[in-house]
Amino acid sequence: MFTQYIFHFLSILALFSAVMVLASKKPIHSVLFLTLTFFAIAGHYVLLNAQFLAVVHVIVYAGAIMVLFLFTVMLLNLNKDERSPKPMWVNIIAFVAGGMLMLTLVGIFREYDVKLIQDPLTTQIGLVKNLGKILYHDYLVPFELSSVLFLTAMVGAVLLGKKEQI
Amino acid sequence: MIRYIIYKTILSSFILVLSLVVAMYSTLIERKVAGWFQDRHGPNRTGPWGLLQPFADGAKLFFKEEFMPISADKFLYILGPSLTMFIALLTSAVIPWGPDLSIHGVASPLQVADVNIGILYIFAILSIGVYGIMIGGWASNNKYALLGAVRASSQMISYELAMSLSIITIVMMTGSLSMREIVAQQQGFHWNIFFQPLGFLIFLICAFAETNRSPFDLPECETELVGGYHTEYSSMKLGFYLFAEYINMFISGAVMATLFLGGYHFPGLDKLGLSPNVFAFVSFMVLFTKITFFGFIYMWIRWTLPRFRYDQLMKLGWKNLIPLAILNVVITGIVILLNQ
Repeated sequence: MFTQYIFHFLSILALFSAVMVLASKKPIHSVLFLTLTFFAIAGHYVLLNAQFLAVVHVIVYAGAIMVLFLFTVMLLNLNKDERSPKPMWVNIIAFVAGGMLMLTLVGIFREYDVKLIQDPLTTQIGLVKNLGKILYHDYLVPFELSSVLFLTAMVGAVLLGKKEQI
Repeated sequence: MIRYIIYKTILSSFILVLSLVVAMYSTLIERKVAGWFQDRHGPNRTGPWGLLQPFADGAKLFFKEEFMPISADKFLYILGPSLTMFIALLTSAVIPWGPDLSIHGVASPLQVADVNIGILYIFAILSIGVYGIMIGGWASNNKYALLGAVRASSQMISYELAMSLSIITIVMMTGSLSMREIVAQQQGFHWNIFFQPLGFLIFLICAFAETNRSPFDLPECETELVGGYHTEYSSMKLGFYLFAEYINMFISGAVMATLFLGGYHFPGLDKLGLSPNVFAFVSFMVLFTKITFFGFIYMWIRWTLPRFRYDQLMKLGWKNLIPLAILNVVITGIVILLNQ
């Protein structure tokens, strides 16, 4: 009963802040609303009994990626709205493309039969112990491969960022 | 259910009031310690031994003129200090303050939330701690404030890495992310500091950087940046920023005592045969003493060491602390593997 109220609150918060990301005039407000969206989604993870996922979500997205976004927006000082107004045809094309994407998404989820594999309120899969066992036992190779992928991306970024010749 | 809610409400309000009172009196103790180090008296005019000084300071801050730069982003300007204060108060929820109380025969833990990912929760709070400073510094629309905010956030992000790496060894040793479990395993004199001295040292240094305390107080470096990220703040908004720093000091002391100094455990204390409630109280006082010890170290270092230069700060974090922390993780892994 109580969790239902929290669910409604979080959903409204997530949707509202997601809309505000697009509706805000200042880029910095958009970034902050996006952060708020991430917090609302982290709250949903807690409701699904996946505390580990929730905390990692906050650490990675709100704590690292969004701070980087905030940095960029602040240092470029995008606050002054100097963007030139876009021509009409760009707006029309953007509207049509966005509408088509939405139609596709609606089409997918209308036909998709949502099955609950386990009851989300009692499942223990999101707890760190079970998740760790699955990641490091059943899915060890994909897990390690993805970490190598991230390492490659990191080395690549450092290489591109270096000014002098190597 | 009702009983549970009432108990948790009382407990969390108690911890809230405790953090605020401790932070208030830390300001007085800090000035007394500074006086002692510089061979003078420190504040002693307000009440006996200056005991009413924090109240006088608070009243002064409340009645100061409220100033807001005309070009500031109004909402974010107010959000900055509020967020800093809010985030500073969040961490105390997962710290176990003592062994279980016994109220009407029901064991009631002295911990607001026993989440099984307590350590990660603390890291999540740490990583969002940047927001208050960044938002405040940017919203002031002032060069010095922006520079201070950028410095603060890059410093906090850099030292977060070494801090997390130094904690991983504790997690490897205990095999749990729950604060309660970590304290339980340090019972008696099995304190983690004896097994992880290097990890403790790295954590201590990073804690100084994370709380923006000297010698890492570059974000508010007066000699270069006027006042850093809070240059444009006055009245109680400035008070919130300064106050949050003292709360952070208290909480980081509590985290360090919990993770490395055995939390509320003291050798021989559980063999005295005290009744559960007295035992809980004495254990809480033990933890409190350890936190006070860390508070003194914070002040001791502030009044004896000069400030780092910015490039020295970054060099220390990235080139010394992080490799050392990784080495510590590898050594701990090898030792655990050999002992299996």
